[in-house]
Amino acid sequence: MPEENTNQLNSVDNTKLVGNMNRASRNSRLAIIKGMLPKRSARLIAGLSILGLVLLVAIFLPLFAKEPNQISDIGLTGPSASHLLGTTKSGQDVLAQLGYSTRGSLIIGFSVGVIALILSTIFGVLGTYIGGWVDETFALITNVMLVIPGLPLTIVIAAMIPNKGTGMLVAVISVTAWAGASRVLRAQTLSIRGRDYVLAARIAGEHPLRVICVEILPNLLPVMASQFTFSVLGAILSESSLSFIGLGSSSQFSLGTMLFYAQNGSALNAGAWWWFLPPGLMIALVGAGLSFVNFSIDEVINPHLRNASVKTPKGHKHGRKRTSAPDKTLEGKGGQE
Amino acid sequence: MASPTRKASWGGNKMKFYLRKIGFYLVAFVAAITINFAIPRMMPGNPVDSLIDRLAAKGGAIAPETRAAVQSMLGDTQTGIVSQYFEYVKNIFTGHWGVSVTFFPTQVTECIASALPWTVALVGCTTVISFFIQQLLGIAAGWRHGRLFDNIVSPVATVFQSVPYFWLALIFIWLFAKTLNIFPLSGGYDYRSVTPGFSWDFISSALYYACLPALAILVSSLGAGVIGMRNMMVSTLSEDYITTAEAKGLSPRRIKYGYAARNAILPSFSGFGTSLGHVVGGSLLTEQVFSYPGIGQMMLQAVQSNDYALLQGLFLIITVTVLVVNFIVDLLYGLVDPRTRIQD
Repeated sequence: MPEENTNQLNSVDNTKLVGNMNRASRNSRLAIIKGMLPKRSARLIAGLSILGLVLLVAIFLPLFAKEPNQISDIGLTGPSASHLLGTTKSGQDVLAQLGYSTRGSLIIGFSVGVIALILSTIFGVLGTYIGGWVDETFALITNVMLVIPGLPLTIVIAAMIPNKGTGMLVAVISVTAWAGASRVLRAQTLSIRGRDYVLAARIAGEHPLRVICVEILPNLLPVMASQFTFSVLGAILSESSLSFIGLGSSSQFSLGTMLFYAQNGSALNAGAWWWFLPPGLMIALVGAGLSFVNFSIDEVINPHLRNASVKTPKGHKHGRKRTSAPDKTLEGKGGQE
Repeated sequence: MASPTRKASWGGNKMKFYLRKIGFYLVAFVAAITINFAIPRMMPGNPVDSLIDRLAAKGGAIAPETRAAVQSMLGDTQTGIVSQYFEYVKNIFTGHWGVSVTFFPTQVTECIASALPWTVALVGCTTVISFFIQQLLGIAAGWRHGRLFDNIVSPVATVFQSVPYFWLALIFIWLFAKTLNIFPLSGGYDYRSVTPGFSWDFISSALYYACLPALAILVSSLGAGVIGMRNMMVSTLSEDYITTAEAKGLSPRRIKYGYAARNAILPSFSGFGTSLGHVVGGSLLTEQVFSYPGIGQMMLQAVQSNDYALLQGLFLIITVTVLVVNFIVDLLYGLVDPRTRIQD
């Protein structure tokens, strides 16, 4: 269906011969896909390397590490050759716990990220496309969820569910994780909804789901990717907050539960920095990695940012660049309140 | 002269804006109450029985009125859900928020009233100070965009955004209280030597104890505001009127503050309003780490002893503060920047 493709791409010259059309559309489709991928920049490379490193830790450390629950009689000893990051109060290996905890936090973070993505797509894209009272209702629900403070709500819900498993914890965090992304997606969908090629597809009698999946969603992919990184980061922070006050999963290690045990095992009073520093640093590392990747994705969404990163000659009168500006704010970031 | 019809339609727009805002916050308020009402009733198990058991273990015999009060807050199997809801709403507005288990037999409202001033004083002051530092750093980084200062401040602010703030508090305790011994470890005042009251001893002790928590909240709250202000500043600097101002030969200082910062700061005010709304419920975990006698510490105690009535009361007060402050900010913003009234 070449007509549809040209329709969607919106950039192919209609006067071209039909024979050229396929190739032209394929070329510009490639160009569009290429345009959606973040440009290779120092930030992207830094972000991806950090995330890759953390992923390696999460995957491989548990395979080689000691049993994380194995207690021994050398409680609260500092880093040594046998215990690279020292031991906890009951003599467990901190490095082994760190590996399992990173894995747990990442699993929870990505699960919540996926659920938030689905929910925000339903509320932000589907509702907006349908329009009318459905849109009004979905927008109202989204705005109400945005204004109700997230962390206190998750604490109240989590406190009333005894003995949560990981799945339950993911569900609880997801309750508040989707609204920010939904608002951003709604704004984008509103602008795409009225564009010519979408109207053309509607008039041609396309099924609404097909219009959404083929005409609208591809244009939202960069925004969705950016919101996804925010959701994952927000979820990892929420999870660590919940677990830190003892409301975490009872069946899985996470960076938050590690901090919970460190705090309750008086790691601070004993000065056991090797116990409470690594989990927080790991969260910060994941956060920095996700933020850097997110910046790179934003350069795709917001052309102003691309201009801003171009080097300008030095020695300007006031020492600043004369470029159009990044108007990115970190509104979409959830989790930490 | 403006025609009367145009004036009327402008007034109508204004009216519509305010009505929409009032309507939205009413819906949000009802939603918050309903969530609060629904959560304990949707949970597995029977929170009423477990709460009554715990009350009985603490305070001996349970009066029928106490049982009725608990049931109206947490759920009751006998009466219908609709009448329960109205009973619940009535109790909320008449101040019958139930009895706390943790601080038995104190009323939930009294518990909250005792903790609230600590949190509002600590986090409120810190939020205001944080706002000024954020704006100054943001203006400086945006003005010298791409230079050394910006290249240090912006990445650091980005990383600080993704650091768990309670962990930062732990580090601060370890560094400043444990290792360097500059500040006390925890608490709100020196309870051994002073008694709470309007005396200089008490106030100075409270201020001394508030330093480290305030510092922790300050550092962890800076990030987002600095980045936001910096980006707005860069954005404003590319406007034509800045070029005009430069061409006129105005001093850089005047352009920086009078032209660029003055216009770039507008969105920051709305951010400031939001963070004021989060004064009560925004630093829960930091307060807990410092055992500061505020809302956060109380919430932790409520969580640890499954004190559902207190937990619900705390959630309610946190939510209501956020709603009320956001409402006021929205109205003020409509006054400061009339464009928002039409766009919305």
